[in-house]
Amino acid sequence: MIWIFDLFTLIFLVITAIISLHVKDLLSAAMIFGVYSFLMCLLWAQMAAVDVAFTEAAVGAGVSAVFLIATVLRTSRRSSD
Amino acid sequence: MKALAFIAVILTGWLLMSAVSDFPDWGDPASPANSYRLSQHYITETFPETSVPNMVTAVLADYRGYDTMFETVVIFTAGIAIIGILRRYGPKDESVLKQQATIYKKDDDLIISTTCRLVIPIIQLFALYVVAHGHHSPGGGFQGGVIFGASFILLALSRDLQTAQKWVPENRILKLAGTGIFIYAGFGFLCLALGSNFLDYQILHKIMPATPIEARSHAMLGVEIGVAFTVTAVMFSIYSNLASNGRMKEGL
Repeated sequence: MIWIFDLFTLIFLVITAIISLHVKDLLSAAMIFGVYSFLMCLLWAQMAAVDVAFTEAAVGAGVSAVFLIATVLRTSRRSSD
Repeated sequence: MKALAFIAVILTGWLLMSAVSDFPDWGDPASPANSYRLSQHYITETFPETSVPNMVTAVLADYRGYDTMFETVVIFTAGIAIIGILRRYGPKDESVLKQQATIYKKDDDLIISTTCRLVIPIIQLFALYVVAHGHHSPGGGFQGGVIFGASFILLALSRDLQTAQKWVPENRILKLAGTGIFIYAGFGFLCLALGSNFLDYQILHKIMPATPIEARSHAMLGVEIGVAFTVTAVMFSIYSNLASNGRMKEGL
């Protein structure tokens, strides 16, 4: 069963990575980057690296998403390329 | 230019993917990382040597304590760099203020403020648990510090920056961050003063009511508390500088 979980998480990981690079709206890119971090956290937890998963959840999905959103709201919301 | 970048990405990706097949299988006991005697030593001897069940924390805070100390210094330096780049003093830029007034209308939402009032103490309690229990279960100073800093960020998001700054004023942030490093280095110098190596916690049993093995576990807790101080202060300082455009007046 675990490989099915792995497969879906990895597929979603690649999809979210591509979307967060392609989306023009930087606010949604920041949100999708948070989703990417959360999927990474799930993968770390699945590989029994709970300490790394914990850090990824706290730093990647939690605080850095807030930092990115704060930066987007203080600069411009649309990407130029 | 975009096509060139795309080709570069494809080439790098192909290179990385072709290297993946040379990796050992996940969890392979015969892989170089697992068969080397250092890993064997960590796995079998961590608990008898340090009385810490979580060997990740033991490696991080004890066996490689010197490494972690300077990781904390790196975070401190990052905080200083962020303040140095973003913090702005002097007269206000009118155009920026007008832009802010149009985007951010502050209206007190009862649901948001009540929820945050209920949730923030629980988050902070959990953060303290993560720090204090870091050598027994997953967690530690970095994670606990980030969660503790995030609770202040949540306060600043739900109310405004001033409310959060009552708890973490700007002039206290750097002192708090420096205190963390002083706690960490203090444990190192304490070991030195008692006649052992830098960060060799075992010698601390002379001043602690504990056996030499337990002293390592207790000193790890102290060191983690130092890390948590620094990380909490730096996380909140980064947020408040980013969110207030370096003015420290109005947040998001």
